[in-house]
Amino acid sequence: MEKIREVLNRYGNSKDNLIQIMLELQNISGTNSLPHEWVEFVAAELDMPLSKVYSVITFYAMFGIEPRGKYVIEVCKSAPCHVTGANNLLAMLENELKIKPGETTEDGVFTLIQSACFGACDISPAIKIGEKVYGNLTSEKLSEILNSYREGRNNG
Amino acid sequence: MDKVLSARFGKIRPDSVEDYINAGGYEGLKKAMSMEHLDAIEEIKKANLFGRGGAAYPTGIKWEQAYAIKRGPKYMVCNGDEGEPGTFKDRHILAEDPLQLIEGMTIGAYIMGAKEGFIYIRGEYTAIQRIVRSAIANAEKAGYLGKNILGREGFDFTLKVVSGAGAYVCGENTALVESIEGKTGRPRQKPPYIKNCGLYQMPTILNNVETYSCIPWIIKDGGETFSKRGTEFSGGTKLMCLSGNVQNRGVYEIPFGMTLRELIYDLGGGVTNGRKLKFVHLGGQSGSCFPESLLDTKICYYDLKKAGISLGSGAVVVVDDSHCVVDYLKNSMEFFEEESCGKCTPCREGTYRLVEIVNKLTEGTATMEDFNKMKSLAQTMKSASFCGLGQSAPVPLLTLVKYFEEEFLEHVNGKCRTGVCPMSKLNS
Repeated sequence: MEKIREVLNRYGNSKDNLIQIMLELQNISGTNSLPHEWVEFVAAELDMPLSKVYSVITFYAMFGIEPRGKYVIEVCKSAPCHVTGANNLLAMLENELKIKPGETTEDGVFTLIQSACFGACDISPAIKIGEKVYGNLTSEKLSEILNSYREGRNNG
Repeated sequence: MDKVLSARFGKIRPDSVEDYINAGGYEGLKKAMSMEHLDAIEEIKKANLFGRGGAAYPTGIKWEQAYAIKRGPKYMVCNGDEGEPGTFKDRHILAEDPLQLIEGMTIGAYIMGAKEGFIYIRGEYTAIQRIVRSAIANAEKAGYLGKNILGREGFDFTLKVVSGAGAYVCGENTALVESIEGKTGRPRQKPPYIKNCGLYQMPTILNNVETYSCIPWIIKDGGETFSKRGTEFSGGTKLMCLSGNVQNRGVYEIPFGMTLRELIYDLGGGVTNGRKLKFVHLGGQSGSCFPESLLDTKICYYDLKKAGISLGSGAVVVVDDSHCVVDYLKNSMEFFEEESCGKCTPCREGTYRLVEIVNKLTEGTATMEDFNKMKSLAQTMKSASFCGLGQSAPVPLLTLVKYFEEEFLEHVNGKCRTGVCPMSKLNS
């Protein structure tokens, strides 16, 4: 809990910073999610009801409350990607990873989700892995990208 | 045409105050500091600048009203929650020339007497948040932010980047303010408007990234010069975002008055794969969808309004004739169903039911009664929803039905002419 306290201190233990605190905690969780004990701890430290904290983190799409893979792959499904082949891209990913949206690969490396527009419409159809955005994807390019994460050449 | 907002894109280090100044930056702030507050606001009024986030409220009037409010402290807030599908212009400003935004907000702070400002940037733009934070730190080091800015006693202004966490509705002003306060981003009852009662219940001046970025230019060159770049009714230039089935996708800075056809064909290179344009979705997900016959409309708030459409954020999604309007609508409605914050019934239930009916259309199981119910529900949402999200979510539906009713009726009769919808696969 030391790590959590450090983040809380940096944000002045302030309720106003709940979203910022939770984003940071999710980043250092290793599971791309917010473990229940952490949420409980934050709620107690900020003197907030646990239900209130959950109402905030479940409202925003970026927070996960179930453990996710080391890398979350977001496939954009908004209109500009939709009309330029997002469905094919999703099918390629499902095929390559052998999982459906919402699932995590057996080795725990990837979680696949569909997301709303993240502003990569100029290179649609696009995916986002961590902070990185990849567009104009072909099947070959996609395999190469996934391999770079699998082999640890790319750490997001 | 000379570019203004995008003139420095790719040419300077985005967080370097030195590069920014060498490229003409911070002239606006210096000039503003030598002007009377009301004269500076007058220039913005003369500029015919309308809010670039989508609502197109006249910025000069907004600032004049905010200035007249005597209560304080006042806050400067920037909406960088660019979540509108097909919109990626603010991303370019934030990543390539964030100091023009910072300068615009600083000019605002000078006029309003605000000491604190917040730039709310969507959570998906993590790398960009770092660039903006670095630009803020550098501006502070160089004396353009912080205490006694440019040596002026008592002119203090600090800026902070706040991250969103994935919620489209936070682009709505009051929801955004709630989110900065660390809460769920659900919109507030209006009035009171945020200019009176915004962040921490205090008067708040809130504008889009692109709007703030126009301010230094307006102050530096004068409102009239800015206004002349555009049309009689829309001053300046606009960053337009071309995406979808078009050759040269990207952000284009255009003078108001250019037609949509010129943008899509001359700059955008036309439709991809030699296909025909079926419709354009303008202004974001909640904008109008219209066919080729309206492409000669000028990009200008007034001309577009006369044609019954709105410019919104400047997103232009081009859709070719291989696509089905009902399938496209399904995609749009699913987006709103997911992004509805759930606060009011017309939007929460309306988006859910519309997805249900549109799904039936794609499966070929919808009746005429369903089709009529869909149209009537869309009208109900438009008039009864609590905020802009629910009020405008039915716009793509209503406009697609207006221009492509025949195709909807074909779906009622179990036929999808493009073969995109699932029923065509069942029948074949």
